[in-house]
Amino acid sequence: MTSSDTVTASSEVVRSPLSWRAELGRQLRRRRTMWSFILILALPLILVAAFAIGGGGPQTTTGSLVSLAKDGSGNFAVFTTSAAASFLLVVLAALFVGDTVPSEASWSTLRYLLIAPVPRARLLTSKLVVALASMAVAVVLLIAWSVVVGGVAYGWSAFTNPAGGTLTWGELAPRLLGVAAYIIIMLLQVGAIAFCLGVRTDAPLAAVGGAVMVTIVSAILGQIENLGSIRNGLPMYYDRAWFDLLTPVIDWTALRHGTLWSLFYTILFLGLGYTLFRRKDILS
Amino acid sequence: MPRPVRLRRSVCRALATSLVLLCGLSGSAMVAGSARAADGSTSAVQTQDAMVPVGAEPGGAAVSLDTTTFAPTGDGSTKHPAVLLAHGFGGSKADLVTQGKDLAAHGYVVLTYSARGFAKSGGFIHLDDPAYEIADARTLVDLLATRPDVLLDAPGDPRVGVFGPSYGGGLALMLGATDKRVDAVAAAITWNDLADTFFPQNALATTPPATGSPADVERASNPGPFKQLWASRFFLGTAAAGASVSPTCGRFDPTVCRLFLTAAQTGRPSAELLTLLHAHSVKPLIGGLTAPTYLVQGMADSLFGVEQSDATARALQTQGTPVAVRWMDGGHDGTSTTAADDLASVTTWLSHYLDGAQKPTATPLPIPTFVYANPLARRATSATLSQTSSYPDAATWSTTPIDGATKPVLNPPGGQPASVTIIPGLGTLAATLPAYQLAALPTESAAFDTPAFADSRTIVGTPRVRLTVTSTGPTATLFLSLWQVTTGTATLPRQVVSPVTVATTPGTPTTVDVALPGGTWNVPAGSSLRVLVTSTDSSYAAPTVARADRVAVADLQLPAVAGTAVAGAGGGTRDSESIGVLVAIAVVALGLIAAALWRRRTRQHTPHLAELADVPLVVDHLVKTYSDGHRAVDDVSWRAERGQVVGLLGPNGAGKTTTLRLVMGLIRPDSGVAHVLGEPVSAGSPVLARVGALIEGPGFLPHLTGRQNLHAYWAATGRDDADAAYDEVLAVAALGGAVDRPVRSYSQGMRQRLGIAQAMLGLPEVLILDEPTNGLDPPQIAAMRPILHRYAAAGRTVVVSSHLLAEVEMTCSHVVVMHAGRVVTTGTVAELVDSSDTTVVQLGPGSDVVAAAVSLRAVDGVTKVEVTDDPVEPRLVVTADLTRADVVRAVANTGVDIVGISSRRHLEEVFLSVIAGASGGAPESTGGDSTSLTDRLRQVRSR
Repeated sequence: MTSSDTVTASSEVVRSPLSWRAELGRQLRRRRTMWSFILILALPLILVAAFAIGGGGPQTTTGSLVSLAKDGSGNFAVFTTSAAASFLLVVLAALFVGDTVPSEASWSTLRYLLIAPVPRARLLTSKLVVALASMAVAVVLLIAWSVVVGGVAYGWSAFTNPAGGTLTWGELAPRLLGVAAYIIIMLLQVGAIAFCLGVRTDAPLAAVGGAVMVTIVSAILGQIENLGSIRNGLPMYYDRAWFDLLTPVIDWTALRHGTLWSLFYTILFLGLGYTLFRRKDILS
Repeated sequence: MPRPVRLRRSVCRALATSLVLLCGLSGSAMVAGSARAADGSTSAVQTQDAMVPVGAEPGGAAVSLDTTTFAPTGDGSTKHPAVLLAHGFGGSKADLVTQGKDLAAHGYVVLTYSARGFAKSGGFIHLDDPAYEIADARTLVDLLATRPDVLLDAPGDPRVGVFGPSYGGGLALMLGATDKRVDAVAAAITWNDLADTFFPQNALATTPPATGSPADVERASNPGPFKQLWASRFFLGTAAAGASVSPTCGRFDPTVCRLFLTAAQTGRPSAELLTLLHAHSVKPLIGGLTAPTYLVQGMADSLFGVEQSDATARALQTQGTPVAVRWMDGGHDGTSTTAADDLASVTTWLSHYLDGAQKPTATPLPIPTFVYANPLARRATSATLSQTSSYPDAATWSTTPIDGATKPVLNPPGGQPASVTIIPGLGTLAATLPAYQLAALPTESAAFDTPAFADSRTIVGTPRVRLTVTSTGPTATLFLSLWQVTTGTATLPRQVVSPVTVATTPGTPTTVDVALPGGTWNVPAGSSLRVLVTSTDSSYAAPTVARADRVAVADLQLPAVAGTAVAGAGGGTRDSESIGVLVAIAVVALGLIAAALWRRRTRQHTPHLAELADVPLVVDHLVKTYSDGHRAVDDVSWRAERGQVVGLLGPNGAGKTTTLRLVMGLIRPDSGVAHVLGEPVSAGSPVLARVGALIEGPGFLPHLTGRQNLHAYWAATGRDDADAAYDEVLAVAALGGAVDRPVRSYSQGMRQRLGIAQAMLGLPEVLILDEPTNGLDPPQIAAMRPILHRYAAAGRTVVVSSHLLAEVEMTCSHVVVMHAGRVVTTGTVAELVDSSDTTVVQLGPGSDVVAAAVSLRAVDGVTKVEVTDDPVEPRLVVTADLTRADVVRAVANTGVDIVGISSRRHLEEVFLSVIAGASGGAPESTGGDSTSLTDRLRQVRSR
């Protein structure tokens, strides 16, 4: 084989360095991936167990999600989602998206990917697609699995909104899809912040922790009434607006605002991440 | 007395709230609403303070009012309409400065003043007595008529509007009713009948008709319970402010004070007090009110409810006076969420009737006749508004079934403990309290629920319910409130209750219709309503006599009006948020696109060099300075040809690894370029597919096995599995069975070999190995040597960087020596270690090499003598222009024992000498410094 043959052959075959399938293979067998999904599958079971153990206690609050959680599958799924969305899913989103680049850096594999060669934008895109897909699967899995676990444990009744109104399965099913979609959109901004930090720092902990920290600080600032409508622009300020999807008549205002703000932060931080990474000296 | 002080503060706060409601936010809203602002002319404002004498007190004491006039600056020839601004109870003209200045800037002469009995004005508080406070205001209108800059409708008749909230609103209505010169009236959160306010009675006189205004309340004539909390709040503030006048009454008029104190003691009004309160109201004067009148009433108002403005509005409408009504969601108990819009509508109203050269016709009104705030949506910060084109709009009444059981309600002796529905001054904290538990005390309350609503329901107006009470006493005082119950949680949106006092015959049921507190509700489907009947309420002086009642309710009637949404109100801010964020997204996206385009335009295209197409690696004037300012690579140039094994040699920090990173496109050079097979290298250049590299240690996915890692890496390159040459590279790695164990269990040497194997995947034309022998033991190093030789022999190129000089000497055909970021020398290994002018002389043990060196330097033709003063193997390296025979002869002449002669030096020595030369120091040649060569070798090795 002469050298010119090699050149031609390799030029032809190099079509898509770090294909999505290749990236998926790199992430799938990681322990953090496996444990994340184990946790998601375990959470509804843990909740059922917790309700069973604490079943004898008096109901202190009426009309809340938790008091209705045992009503049936629909309410249980919504309760589980609500319990997970504010923190567990945020951490998972930060983990899946934030850790994907810096973990390669910490294993020293990032430089080998880049000299494979995988163009930098291509590397980020593959990693982003796989990470976001993992995040989306986690959200959908949590909701779907909660419906199943709730149905087995408490029966298959649909949804009674603690704020008034009931939904049949015919109404609830598409709305749960909407809830999943909205939560995924909300998590996009967390992922984008984590991604940007990860591209910047090379340290997985800094990326994941940083994004979670941003969410926490944002939540704290969101408590300060004096900030008024300035708070609307905080990341994740509208993170619970998906409850609006479960009322008999949907008010789209907060959902729209939440979606737009999330897209804003997502575009901003992803753009920043790509820009930073394009010019970055890879020293890890 | 700490307690009164605290109470007084809370009063001030509450009053401040009600003032802020309509005055504090004046700035921007006034601008927005003012018709005069439309022409964009705002002028400078002149301010003028004056004490204006008004009617004397009953005792004859003269009284002056403290006034401030705000007027547009001008020469006096331009005539302006005037506005009289009145403040709320407990306030002063200082509250009106912002609003006054703003109106003046837009072309009005604004007269503000402190009312009689307040602040620096003289006299006593008569509670808007037509003979005092209202007469004072007429005097001020007289004053306005004398100003040269005020527009006059007739001599002595200025074009004037009057506006005030609460106490000032009562004054505005009564001034409008008693002074025909007033051209427009706007009154906010104020009363129709002051007696109804302090002794509210919500039992209806007759069963009302099925139609009528949504807030229509024709009260029974007997007064209800004393609204003690509000009366006390007014009293405490006023008494404390006027303690020097009278310790108990403060600046209250003594008659007013005495009547109130008596009522507070007995809980019942004297006939004299009722007469006085009736008289201090617009109700008896309403016939005189012909000026267009705008009524803004709050639904969160336990002092003046919407039924007060309803009574005024219906009376005005009957007599043909233009009137408009607004129900906002603030009031004396809270701030309106639409305050800016509320105030703008007031300004629109006043400017419409004041601005024109001629008085406008009565209709059409400048604003919708009836506007009401809808309940605040979850998370919304301002309410949406709805409007109807007439008032009183015939409400649609619907009767809702309700729990018909008869339930006991006990009035405790002394009236304590009392049900709590509102805690003044608590603000948003109130929302966190268990409101229903505080309001519905056991045995003192009875709750009656409706079935859950199948559809969501909007209620606008004053719901009514039929109450049947069987009491043990001659009268029964009860408090009714309408709660909204959603999945077990009961809320009272505006914390207002309806008191009723019914004359009863002990043991006999008495039935009355009761008006519940008015407002707007949005009851979602699945929720229900609850009528709560309590025997006590902490805001009221309930009877202290113990009483046992049995109550039942029936026929809950809910009013609704067909309102249409007011465009832009409430929703306006939210739309702007969406639009704002969309704009922000567009800006960010455009910025990113522009940056990408700009990069594309300015990207430097280093040309493909056809003449280098067959040269595997050319490094051309590379310079790299790291962000910390360290220049790691400074103008480095070298090249590697096919078949060569090039050693990149240098001490640590020489720039070897940086050079290799530059070659692989991992970092960006400041200048210069590396060409691989003629292609300039930048990040991710496709030509890098023809290069395999191990740079600064291997890197693997720890959770995969060695074999899986190689496959994963090859998969990442996107190339065909058939080209990978797995078998060959696995043979290089020589991992045996460990190849199927996870990499995290590998030793350093195994990782290193796997790293080399990974670099060789696909058998690239250029193989770059950075410190390949790290972690390898001598046999493994020895085994690696022929592999690299064979690899290069196949026409490929190997670049090895190392600081192990002996290893490079044995492995490489060519050497590039770097030091401190620069290339010191390049050439074949043979050229470097073997030169004709150098002779290495091995001396016998114990020879005096230093003395020999001194002698040799004296010989003609000897240019340099290097000394290795090793007691076992002393050596001299002599550089001379002489033939080798002459050199040996010269050495022999110094008298030392020569045991060996060589033309070939160790690469180490070459390396150290060229580095020493590059560092600027003279090569070690004098015997006196003979320690240094070995020491420095040790230093180099230990690095």
